[in-house]
Amino acid sequence: MSAAPQVRFYQVGSFAAGNRLLGPGLQSDQADPARANALTCGHRACQGCGEALGARYILDAAQRAAGGKVIAVNATGCLEVFSTPYPETSWQLPWLHSLFGNAPAVAAGVAAALRAKGRTDIRVVGQGGDGGTVDIGLGCLSGMFERNDDVLYVCYDNEAYMNTGVQRSGATPPTARTATTQAVGEEPGAPFGQGKNLPLIAMAHEIPYVATATVAGLRDLEAKVHRAMGMRGARYLHVLVPCPLGWGTASHDTVRIARLAEQTGLFPVFEAKDGEVTDVTPIRRRLPVEEYLRPQKRYAHLFQPELRTDVIARLQRTADRNIARFGLLAQEEASS
Amino acid sequence: MLKQTEGSRAVAETVAHCRPEVIAAYPISPQTHIVEELSRLVKSGALKPCEYVNVESEFAAMSMCIGASAAGARTYTATASQGLLYMVEALYNASGLGLPIVMTVANRAIGAPINIWNDHSDSMSQRDSGWIQLYARDNQEASDLHPQAFRLAEELSLPVMVCMDGFVLTHAWERIDVPEQAQLDAFLPPYEPRQVLDPDEPVSIGAMVGPEAFTEVRYLAHAKQMQALEAIPRVAAEFRRVFGRESGGLIHPYRCEDAETIVVALGSVFGTVCDVVDEMRERGVRIGALAITSFRPFPLQAVRAVLGGVRQVVVLERALAVGIGGIVSANVRTALSGIQLDGHTVIAGLGGRAITKVSLHRLFDDAIAGRLEQLTFLDLNTALVERELARMARTRRSGPSAENILRDAGSNR
Ligand SMILES: Cc1ncc(C[n+]2csc(CCOP(=O)(O)OP(=O)(O)O)c2C)c(N)n1
Ligand code: SF4
Repeated sequence: MSAAPQVRFYQVGSFAAGNRLLGPGLQSDQADPARANALTCGHRACQGCGEALGARYILDAAQRAAGGKVIAVNATGCLEVFSTPYPETSWQLPWLHSLFGNAPAVAAGVAAALRAKGRTDIRVVGQGGDGGTVDIGLGCLSGMFERNDDVLYVCYDNEAYMNTGVQRSGATPPTARTATTQAVGEEPGAPFGQGKNLPLIAMAHEIPYVATATVAGLRDLEAKVHRAMGMRGARYLHVLVPCPLGWGTASHDTVRIARLAEQTGLFPVFEAKDGEVTDVTPIRRRLPVEEYLRPQKRYAHLFQPELRTDVIARLQRTADRNIARFGLLAQEEASS
Repeated sequence: MLKQTEGSRAVAETVAHCRPEVIAAYPISPQTHIVEELSRLVKSGALKPCEYVNVESEFAAMSMCIGASAAGARTYTATASQGLLYMVEALYNASGLGLPIVMTVANRAIGAPINIWNDHSDSMSQRDSGWIQLYARDNQEASDLHPQAFRLAEELSLPVMVCMDGFVLTHAWERIDVPEQAQLDAFLPPYEPRQVLDPDEPVSIGAMVGPEAFTEVRYLAHAKQMQALEAIPRVAAEFRRVFGRESGGLIHPYRCEDAETIVVALGSVFGTVCDVVDEMRERGVRIGALAITSFRPFPLQAVRAVLGGVRQVVVLERALAVGIGGIVSANVRTALSGIQLDGHTVIAGLGGRAITKVSLHRLFDDAIAGRLEQLTFLDLNTALVERELARMARTRRSGPSAENILRDAGSNR
């Protein structure tokens, strides 16, 4: 592989991810001057794209864990489109895109070929957006889980079909405005329903590893990728990646918004092995859901022309339920 | 080795001797025996190294083949009918990416109404998918076409479909010479991919392509099929040298030299057509037959060379282009452009309807006597059709046609 490009300073401050002032064992993969740089700069994602951020961390961590021997398979979606406007490509690792709905099966095919060739050193990562994963690709993903194919599959959840212009997906939360769940009518935005909780669906397959993460916890994300890459079989990582364009948030707020999703309890961060939850990331400072909703234009209709306390209370109940279900409150706060 | 065996089994054994490294398949009649036998061969260790993957759908099967092929493995699957249609998006993708996947299509009708019997509606629906399509006349050829398909696919970096008639061939027991491993190894070298996913030499495959390059990419897809026009007879000739048998190639003319009428057909019906030609020849009728083995690429020049001088051409089609008539006929007409001759499209054998010698005799006699329409449905039960048309005209809610016709057919008996 070609020499790694010069390191740029992405973050500053003593607690920031990637900090190079920390000891070697504590440093982020991104702080390593020899990091793989699997997704190079110069791609065409929107400014502040959570998906681009997540993909870079995840694939670099996967590359590091696998000694540089990773093949990536990508579903159709923003990540694919913004990274490969032919004849350019931002990928510095072998990368294959086939279709919107088949990334898990294509990745499993790559894994099968490697198995037949006895190449245990090369590892496979499949990736797609929430649409490609929870909707159109769910059949293929479930098949991949069921066979326990040796693939780490990553879902970049930006809670809608961003690539086609922000339409609703099965992962769009209730009341969110998208191009197909407009902020009009009696009950504006996406309807309340049972939802499609893919991490739980994945756990029901009892695969070796399921984890959720957000781009607010980048070190946690890296650590989970390393843990997943240390295992064989089907592994699933569901990452919340705010989308400034679709969510109507400021480009510089991506990480903050992701953190709010965690701290309100709307996006529980946990790990599960063989179908059982084994670890959760506790909420350090619990916040009401309103703080998460307010900065996002996709929820603007909950605040104007009038404050929809009834709807917000309903969303709060979802957050409360997550907190109770996964035991997300840090010990001190839970007992106070 | 010459032995009495089932068509599907012969195909499975031959495919196994081609040493595929990944097989992903989903069952559908009449393809099932092929993939069942392959799964047995892999599980028993007779075929190794090979990964046999049981997938959850045909879409997944073809998708898995795409991944496996791109990762450098020789890859095989088989399907039919609804399964082929369930794959469509991935089929175009496989050819667009230039992946040399080989697939057997055990030809079967497409519903609704659901029908498991043979015709060519499935593979014909994929005529523009960029796959090479070869049609087998009998089980020996069905078996022999597979090593040739792997050769062609890998030489040209294009996927190849071997089409064999469902049940008529797949489930028929015959004496078939299944190639031995050593013979096959002499004919089919190991797979060397043109493009491969390799961490030591990373490439991006499947990029987003805009208008500045898309036409050129499609042109190349066409150019590769044109190269296949040269490669198909060459590979068939090589096959003949190694195995001493005539299989494959672009076309097969039968008693065409002095023929005034030539019947064009694909697949297993060709044998019956040749029998009828023989019998009519005994009566002094100057008739011949032409099998098209390579439907994609379509051998325009070879077809023109055989048909160009005749008085009359009858194309037997086992699929219907609804709203126009014949699929193969349209291609034959392109081959004969500028040539004046009497051309007929005959839709025959849909959904497993038997194509009998008696019907063919009547059909060809009609053609020669100038009584044949441009578009004919062989052995169409016009009484049933008229009753249903009348019913539809009479009542607003006439109900499902297929069920009505079945009921009428029952009461007719
Ligand atoms: C079969 C099929 N249907 C629809 C599309 C159009 N399409 C391309 S990407 C996309 C949405 C992608 O959304 P998601 O998977 O959530 O990824 P994101 O772009 O949000 O990252 C759609 C609908 C397609 N490519 N293929
Ligand atoms: S639309 Fe959203 S997901 Fe797509 S590139 Fe822009 S920020 Fe990223």
